[in-house]
Amino acid sequence: MATKGPVPEIVDPMTDPRTGEYAVIAPGHTFKSVTQKIAGIVLTSNTPVAWMGGLFLAATVAMGVVIAVTWLVLKGVGIWGITIPGAWGFAIINFVWWIGIGHAGTLISAILLLFKQTWRNSINRFAEAMTIFAVVCAGMFPLLHIGRPWLGYWLLPYPNSMNVWPQFRSPLAWDVFAVSTYATISVVFWYIGMVPDLGTLRDRAKLPLAKYIYGILSLGWRGSTRHWIRYESASLLLAGLSTPLVLSVHTTISFDFAVAAMAGWHTTIFPPYFVAGAVYSGFAMVLTLAIPIRKFYHLEDLVTLRHLDNMAKVMLATGSIVAYGYGMEVFMSWYSASHWEFFMMWNRMFGPMGWAYWILILTNIAIPLTTLWSRKLRVNVGYLFFLSFVVNIGMWFERFVIVVTSLYRDYLPSSWGTYRATKWDYMLFIGTWGLFTTLFLLFARFAPMIPMSEIRMMLPQTKVRPGGAKADVVVEEAL
Amino acid sequence: MPPREGVYGLLAEFNTPSELVHATEMAHRAGYRRMECYTPYPVEQAAEALRFHKTRVPLLCLLGGLCGLTTGALLEIWVNVWGYPLNIRAMPLFSWPAFVVPAYEMTILFAGLSAAFGMIALNGLPQLYHPLFNAPNFASGATTDKFFLCLESNDPRFEPVATRVFLEQFAPVSVVEVDH
Repeated sequence: MATKGPVPEIVDPMTDPRTGEYAVIAPGHTFKSVTQKIAGIVLTSNTPVAWMGGLFLAATVAMGVVIAVTWLVLKGVGIWGITIPGAWGFAIINFVWWIGIGHAGTLISAILLLFKQTWRNSINRFAEAMTIFAVVCAGMFPLLHIGRPWLGYWLLPYPNSMNVWPQFRSPLAWDVFAVSTYATISVVFWYIGMVPDLGTLRDRAKLPLAKYIYGILSLGWRGSTRHWIRYESASLLLAGLSTPLVLSVHTTISFDFAVAAMAGWHTTIFPPYFVAGAVYSGFAMVLTLAIPIRKFYHLEDLVTLRHLDNMAKVMLATGSIVAYGYGMEVFMSWYSASHWEFFMMWNRMFGPMGWAYWILILTNIAIPLTTLWSRKLRVNVGYLFFLSFVVNIGMWFERFVIVVTSLYRDYLPSSWGTYRATKWDYMLFIGTWGLFTTLFLLFARFAPMIPMSEIRMMLPQTKVRPGGAKADVVVEEAL
Repeated sequence: MPPREGVYGLLAEFNTPSELVHATEMAHRAGYRRMECYTPYPVEQAAEALRFHKTRVPLLCLLGGLCGLTTGALLEIWVNVWGYPLNIRAMPLFSWPAFVVPAYEMTILFAGLSAAFGMIALNGLPQLYHPLFNAPNFASGATTDKFFLCLESNDPRFEPVATRVFLEQFAPVSVVEVDH
């Protein structure tokens, strides 16, 4: 239709006309509508067929863990590709990769809470769930790598008839404390955060069994103001404690490498660079999970393009720190004037496994750090989904490069070897993807994926006007 | 203890947090003390109206943290100096910089657990039965979109009729008598 005069600009209802920023939550929502939306996913009696199919597929892949671990227990770690000199292999690569993924969940739930980044509220719960499931997958690897996993409790300090105690001057002993504390605090933080929402589910559930289970899990939560104040205080304290915790966990993991006198490992840049890499890969995994979930459950109103844009920005920042770390490693191998360091870097880039280094540079630096500057691409859902896989592949190769290239050609050429993962290595690794997905699908079906109470706090209706009823009536009439 | 009987309190339901805060403030000014607000998300102004400011959760968290720090540090020192002394790279037996990380993690572990379980304990949870769950409109609203003020019957100023009249002047959606 031909019209005269200026064409009115089409304003996207999801953007703020003043700033052009995407809204954190779509306009027009009420306390009831967000509650119905989120609780409806859990309390529906029609389980989506696609969910069933996904669970079947994921659980099938997870069987890989069962088979690989059974064979490992029967035969021993010899079925893996680990030998001398490459004694660490997939077990440690996958451990560091999975635990790094978990770090974004804690960053979102704790650090962004302290910085009052309220946009985090909608992605916080499933990012925390991702943390826990990633730690489950991660924790398995060192336990299996010790060779006799049924004696794993020997890692803990306890009075025993052998009169043997752990050796606290080793970073490997620190790891036990760091990872177990991290797992415990993450589970507690996640559960405490869920208690009010479980109360909502209890009150909205129709099935007696669901009412009963959610009733017990919600501890009898009834939304009392005194309870809320203590609850908020505890949440803030847990966030304050988790913030140094998450930084310390990957720092401790980097000490496993940095304390060893190996070329390429013995560097002081490892802790910050490991933490940044962990957050980088973790945000990539949050995107991998958030993008299909918001599409499948139609949560575009609550997980908006603003969230995706912000997460992409965090990835850009942490990816740049990682790039700086890579650059500094190359620089130091030259500047240190150490023959061994120099050779290690040459071998890493151009040795027989040099291809892994260039995959790492391509997927971690070249693709993401050139494209994420563009806002168009940061709000392009398809591109971000693709990129999240690229970065996670890149971060896996980072750990591969660090673990393998330093080990397989060390100081003494006569002891040089190579590293080749076996089918059991691959089966266990791929099995953990299935395990992770299975756990996540179960979580999405049976627990509130988005914190309802925190979403309610973001709505404009929460504003308390002085004078109470009167003012509200006037406003309602004006609307 | 025999089960308590009689009226637990009067429960007024409001549609907006503003009305709730106003009614709570007025009830406090009228001298009511044994009362509580129930909201689907934390409403700080309601806590102010109730004059509830201080929680003991941070204190518990601090005590837990100190306890964890002491436990972690003493454990490491005892194990590495007396319990099972080992000569590792000729490092001194009391090599405290190496003890920092586990002691630090123990501090966080104990502090976090104290904050979380301390909060639950101070709140008197788990408490699966509460008289308010008997109110027909409570379960459908308190955890979704309604705001409640309960004036409890053990308050000296509580009078079944006068208190109801007092609450009704704030134009609540309903005022319900809740039994134990």
